[in-house]
Amino acid sequence: MEMGSGPALSFRGVSMVFPDGTHALQETTFDVSPGEFVTVVGPSGCGKSTLLKIASGLHQPTTGKVVVDRKKLGYVFQDATLLQWRSVQRNVELLAELEGMPKGERAKRATDAIRTVGLAGFEAKYPKQLSGGMKMRASLARTLVLEPDVFLFDEPFGAVDEITRERLNDEVISLFQQRRFAGLFITHSIAEAVFLSTKVLVMSARPGKLVASYDVPFAYPRSPELRFDPEFARLSGEISHSLRGAHV
Amino acid sequence: MTSAPVVVDGTGAGLDAAAQIEDQLIAATKQRGRRLGDYVGPLLVFVLFIVLWEYMHRDGIQRWLGRKPSVLPSPVTIIDQSLFNKIFRDQLITGLGWTCLVAFVGLGITIVIGMALAIVMAQKAWVERSLYPYLVALQATPVLAIVPIIYTVFGGGLGARIYVCIMIAIFPIVTNTLFGLTSADASQHDLFTLRHASTWTRMRKLQFPNAMPAIFTGFRISAGLSVVGAVVGEQFFREGAKPGLGVAIDQFRTRLQRPPMYGAIIVACLLGIVVFFVFGLLSRLVVGHWYESQRS
Ligand SMILES: Nc1ncnc2c1ncn2[C@@H]1O[C@H](COP(=O)(O)OP(=O)(O)O)[C@@H](O)[C@H]1O
Ligand SMILES: [Mg+2]
Repeated sequence: MEMGSGPALSFRGVSMVFPDGTHALQETTFDVSPGEFVTVVGPSGCGKSTLLKIASGLHQPTTGKVVVDRKKLGYVFQDATLLQWRSVQRNVELLAELEGMPKGERAKRATDAIRTVGLAGFEAKYPKQLSGGMKMRASLARTLVLEPDVFLFDEPFGAVDEITRERLNDEVISLFQQRRFAGLFITHSIAEAVFLSTKVLVMSARPGKLVASYDVPFAYPRSPELRFDPEFARLSGEISHSLRGAHV
Repeated sequence: MTSAPVVVDGTGAGLDAAAQIEDQLIAATKQRGRRLGDYVGPLLVFVLFIVLWEYMHRDGIQRWLGRKPSVLPSPVTIIDQSLFNKIFRDQLITGLGWTCLVAFVGLGITIVIGMALAIVMAQKAWVERSLYPYLVALQATPVLAIVPIIYTVFGGGLGARIYVCIMIAIFPIVTNTLFGLTSADASQHDLFTLRHASTWTRMRKLQFPNAMPAIFTGFRISAGLSVVGAVVGEQFFREGAKPGLGVAIDQFRTRLQRPPMYGAIIVACLLGIVVFFVFGLLSRLVVGHWYESQRS
């Protein structure tokens, strides 16, 4: 979207066949530019997580390639994956610590990130003292500390209840508005996809392949009431229809 | 060298189960708070046990087993002779000292060697696969069968006792540490991989802290077994006039001094129980504030 800058993340004909013969991804090509928030929906097991693992470099694709600067890449996993023996503060500092950021600097960034996700006051708590939603917030804060230009989310809110999920979606939206990173988000909730994204991609059942792409026309900032907009419902219906086709 | 038949639960499976049960009980107690009933049950069982013992002494042992009452002295006699007879009491105290020495030195060495082995084995699957059979073999070898070999290598004194102690106690440390080091979530590992963490950083900041609860479980089981190992070792290796509890048990037995013999057995049991619980307490102090027991 920003003039002159190319895509921050680019998949070029990426296919993935695992050593055991599982064909997880087929000829996938798409770009995510700074200021774009792309969401992928698709039946479970179609290769969505694989897509992110390839983007982040955890997996090497069998064919094709991914162009991305991984120094500023943040990855939010499906589970909060907090280290149980670290307090919230120390968990949020982890990635910066692994990057070798000086103590003072990372403590300050962690404090900011914790405030941003609404966990101020919980710095000294341990993961076992947090609810599922709070754990996800801490996980989000941990990634924020890196100030990523490319933000990958793998069904991060799949395990929390509906109300918490909507609140967390609002957080993600406001982060996106502030930072204008390139976002790639995986979900199985169509409402979540439409609410967050500038673009929704639909993937087919395995081997996963992009079968449809929908531009989401709503301007940011998006208010929670958007979910009751007739246009929102219409677009969701269309994606839902396409997704049902993707199952066969 | 007499061969009192000593049954050694070498796998530590008994203590392993005990550690688990204790964890469960503590978790349950924490959830609902302490109650008076928590103490009444154990106390009641203890009283019943003593009453049953006294009954066996007075009547049961004759009636049901056809043995003389002196084979099983009354609890009162045992306490009286173990605590208030100066000669016997001194023998038990000396015995406790030597047994503690062997058990603690043995446990210390066991912890160092066991954890080092586990750390090496955690590095690569093939290392684990290559070393594991030898651990199992060590575990499966009866002490009795290799007494002559131990004698040749370590002599007949403290060294041999410490060796027996290590041999009996090492398995749980290795397996628990290894389990702990290799049980971090795949996605937690991904987190470290994405930041290009070195093997050392991963070990220090992920695998090792993740392993702490399991390591403490290992300590606890091995601590109990090291007492067993010390007592067993003493019964085979007695050179150097260092009479531990195992020696005392055997001497009292051959001299038909039954009350202090039971006294010595009870002291050995208590020592095992005490180290087991002390390590449990230590574990709760170190990891209790963050560790969430999976079983509930
Ligand atoms: N490391 C692996 N080895 C073999 N098969 C795998 C591996 N990881 C994932 N798969 C398989 O690839 C397919 C896609 O997986 P995934 O990307 O996790 O799906 P999802 O869309 O649910 O996130 C699934 O069938 C899964 O079983
Ligand atoms: Mg997935």
